[in-house]
Amino acid sequence: MKKSSEAFKNWLLSGSDPLEEEMIETLSDDAAEEKQAEEASPRAKKERRSLKQYLYDSGLYRPVRILSSVALCVMLIVMLMATVMDMPYFGQADTLVDSEVSEFYVKHTLEHTGATNIITGIILNFRGFDTLGESHVLFIAVCSVIILLKMTPKEEDPFLHVHSDDALDRKLEKDLILSSLSRILFPLILMFGVYIILNGNISPGGGFSGGAVIGAGLILYLSAYGYKRIQRFFTYKTFKTVSCLALLCYTSSKTFHFVTGANDIHVPISLGTPGTIFSGGLLLPLNIFVGLVVACTMYTLYTLFRKGDF
Amino acid sequence: MEELNVLLLLFILVCAVSVSLTKNLLSAVIIFMAQSLAMSVVWILLESPDLGVTEAAVGAGVSSLLMFAALKKIHRVRDEKHEKK
Repeated sequence: MKKSSEAFKNWLLSGSDPLEEEMIETLSDDAAEEKQAEEASPRAKKERRSLKQYLYDSGLYRPVRILSSVALCVMLIVMLMATVMDMPYFGQADTLVDSEVSEFYVKHTLEHTGATNIITGIILNFRGFDTLGESHVLFIAVCSVIILLKMTPKEEDPFLHVHSDDALDRKLEKDLILSSLSRILFPLILMFGVYIILNGNISPGGGFSGGAVIGAGLILYLSAYGYKRIQRFFTYKTFKTVSCLALLCYTSSKTFHFVTGANDIHVPISLGTPGTIFSGGLLLPLNIFVGLVVACTMYTLYTLFRKGDF
Repeated sequence: MEELNVLLLLFILVCAVSVSLTKNLLSAVIIFMAQSLAMSVVWILLESPDLGVTEAAVGAGVSSLLMFAALKKIHRVRDEKHEKK
């Protein structure tokens, strides 16, 4: 018990990520030069400090600043409270102002979409265009993170040295509790995620929640077993292929949907028996595509933050 | 059920206030994690289990992990002994 907490503490406190040590070295050289320049001209240093004092610690304006910030906070609280007071009471039957739409959804979702889980019917069918945009937002977010954080190999960029995965894995201390626990937990988490995705149209859940569970499971696998083992089945190439293909399939099936029946009145695919997995027409494949995109996004965000690469 | 609900909501309130009052960023992230977990139970009590699952996986799991990694990257987590020196 003590050992695992110590390992976590060591990871957090020390600069033991080999990537980062290199970066700090190159950075600290610059910092040292700056320091020398500063020491050479003490006057500049003094001026800088006085400016800082003027901006942050000026004794004259301190009460004004505190008063104004308190006033701002009180104003914000009053505004939010007033909005809450205006809202209808929780759980009353006659509170829904625009109950026409929700009544329609509750009554007719099953007949229009074939989904016993009304939420999935709404998200992926009535409002499928929204979900299409959301999946693309996730993909774009990962793309921006890749642009910002992805390290280039040593030959191309002289400032950054990317270690081999062996070195990285050796630095990741093998933890007995973590690895033996995740041997049991990882398959269960993965199975639970797949279950949520596949049963999205008949029971609570759906693409997003299932994808998030699978992504968290992949992160657990990475922290338990290291980069080398996860690269057997998940690399940058996998991410690219899976994400792009899933988005492409989602877009094309949604386009097909719009071309053939716009507002989901006439879906040419049979809706099947409500309550079975293969029901709801396009809902099952759409759930799977959304889940794939979300799982890839979660894992990729984490590994990019952690290592700067896959 | 009512008591459990009130207890959870109080817990969430205390967590939300203490997140903003904590100086140590690491403990702030951990308190935020606990708040997310309580929130996911509240979602289930409000009869929306799909939101509960998502909150538990994203709020308590992935986002806190991302914050740990970010704290590590910007070197804001320091040893307390170090700081005293």
